[in-house]
Amino acid sequence: MGPANKGEIIEKLQKQILSMQGFRETAAQGVSTGLGPLEMAFPNHIFPTGAIHEFLSPAAEGAAATTGFMAGLLGSLVGQTGTCLWIGTRRTVFPPALKIFGIDPDQVIFIDLIREKDVLWTIEEALKCDALSVVVGELSGITFAESRRLQLAVEQSKVTGLMHCFNPLKINHTTAVARWKITSLASTMEEGMPGVGYPRWSVELLKIRNGKPGIWELEWSSDQFRNLDKLNPVVEIPFGRTA
Amino acid sequence: MTDWFVRHNPGLQDEPFVLVAPDRGRIVIKASSPAAGVLGIEPGMVVADARAILPSLQVFNEETSRKDKLLNELAEWCIRYTPIVALDTSDGLILDISGCAHLWGGERLYLKEIITKLQSFGYQVRAAIADTIGACWAIARYGRLTAIIEPGMQSEALLPLPPVALRLDTSMLERMHKLGFYQVRSFINMPRNMLKRRFGLLLLEKLAQALGEIEETIRPIRPVQPYQERLPSLEPIRTATGIEIALKDLLETLCLRLLQEGKGLRKAIFKGCRVDGKMQQIEIGTNHPTRNASHLFKLFALKINTIRPGLGLELFLLEAPVVEILSMEQETLWNITQGSANKEVMNLLDRIGVRVGINAIHRYLPDEHHWPERSVRLSASLQEKNPLIWRTDLPRPVCLLPLPERIEVTAPIPDYPPMLFRYKGKVHKVKKADGPERIEQEWWLEQGLHRDYYCVEDEAGARYWLFRLGNYGEDKPEWFVHGFFA
Repeated sequence: MGPANKGEIIEKLQKQILSMQGFRETAAQGVSTGLGPLEMAFPNHIFPTGAIHEFLSPAAEGAAATTGFMAGLLGSLVGQTGTCLWIGTRRTVFPPALKIFGIDPDQVIFIDLIREKDVLWTIEEALKCDALSVVVGELSGITFAESRRLQLAVEQSKVTGLMHCFNPLKINHTTAVARWKITSLASTMEEGMPGVGYPRWSVELLKIRNGKPGIWELEWSSDQFRNLDKLNPVVEIPFGRTA
Repeated sequence: MTDWFVRHNPGLQDEPFVLVAPDRGRIVIKASSPAAGVLGIEPGMVVADARAILPSLQVFNEETSRKDKLLNELAEWCIRYTPIVALDTSDGLILDISGCAHLWGGERLYLKEIITKLQSFGYQVRAAIADTIGACWAIARYGRLTAIIEPGMQSEALLPLPPVALRLDTSMLERMHKLGFYQVRSFINMPRNMLKRRFGLLLLEKLAQALGEIEETIRPIRPVQPYQERLPSLEPIRTATGIEIALKDLLETLCLRLLQEGKGLRKAIFKGCRVDGKMQQIEIGTNHPTRNASHLFKLFALKINTIRPGLGLELFLLEAPVVEILSMEQETLWNITQGSANKEVMNLLDRIGVRVGINAIHRYLPDEHHWPERSVRLSASLQEKNPLIWRTDLPRPVCLLPLPERIEVTAPIPDYPPMLFRYKGKVHKVKKADGPERIEQEWWLEQGLHRDYYCVEDEAGARYWLFRLGNYGEDKPEWFVHGFFA
């Protein structure tokens, strides 16, 4: 048995394990999130839908960066006709800005709750409804037991859940398939030009089940993510310039 | 009234006693117990006179408004027998039992049930069933032979009764007494114009009402709901399973009726009448008209555990106070073209609405306003189409603070963005900035200063939306942070 053969077998076995763990192979689900090289980090090189993703953001400014990144993902996950539920207690999202990230704000139904207790109940109920595309939850934090309930819900319904933990006191071990941390980076302008450039983030994939964690720098321009490794100097009108 | 008193003071059973209240400086009897009544002590007498008849008479003070309250409570209790219950003068109840008696196996059993139930509470009641309110009133109070008057027989039944049974005032009764009219039969066949001449129009009216020649209306204590289903139970029900079965039964009948009439309900109330006369109820609302019994049951199921059955529930009511047109076509359309997906989302939102309140669910559409807070409006329904486009040509922050927060800035005047600003005690040095974008207050809606918005980025890469309120003038203008860019 040669080493090439061995590698093949290992890859095959790996795929088997993945399918047993519920990760679909190939483009059956076929959602391209346009994350570019970042997608290589995912199992099967496809953004895992039908799973829970956890986003951590410590401060209000960081929450905005995370919200922007999530909105960018939503655009491709929800599609033209899907519906998204946005559940939280102190929502600050400004609906018109979602359009900038490629999702129609009228496709999003916001559920603004008063009690933290109701948030988890509502998220779980929403995740059980397979007619939804994505459920966004804004929580202060999530425990292992809570994450397991949510995971059980999505395993049945194949809904993607993006859980935004905006004030994690301590980072728990959870069953979420991925844990992200988005921080905003200084935007760049062409030499000598004034103004604020495109939104730019440092995207940290802290944890990914069956994938490879890493750090990437992404920018949102012309309605898509752009990886900064192969970025040419920007010549378009910068985002943020008043008309 | 005295029965109520006996219920609360069992020792007074069969004792002569009276309830009194002061009236124009005298102490007047308001109610007397049966034992006292036998001795000729009647309401309206002065206590001193009654004491002369029976020195050992026990006297208690009457609580004001207790009587009305008691009668009202009894009326509420009677709703289990018919939806239309009205209060009569001060000492009676009128029940419209059209179409109700057969549920208890006929009028005789129905009447017996009501009387025995009330007697078991300790009340002495008299009741009658007749075609007209007038005849019923007369038979219940002065009838001797039978309590149930067959249809069309009220004039015969009235004949042996005294004229007081026709609800006449005392002066007219005295005149009748003088003329020797001791029974209704002595004048009922007289020519009407003669009666009118002697006694006035009122007598004719009361007579006609008793005989059913004039319509008489009553005012029910609870307005009748057009969409209501009732389910009496043989035995009081205390278990959640029992309540669920009753609810399912009622939902099925109601939904069938809604289907026949092409309606769907938006709001439903499920009520249970407890043995002790209290009412238990739960309420649900839906986002769109529906008549799907299993979906409605799921909504109610979230709240069933709030029902306190006490000693048991005797009657279940299901009301739909708000119904909307839901045509058959619409229903099929939902299922086929929109996919069942949309319906499932609606059902989910209904469940959420029941649990946390329907006001928590928001969907936004763009509005034609420049002022950021007014640039979106809540959509009236979840299906409403967007008539405008979402604008993306102007920078808008992904997170907007509900209220702008004050910041302290250092800024070169007049029109430059700040060089640094202090927000929540932390100093941010502005590295890049865009703006200003001037947004004027919409004077036709609200007066106020304009805002000059700047997008700024600090040295850490965080992006903010700041504005200056008004111009530089004699006062230093205030600066605010209004949002965060991604």
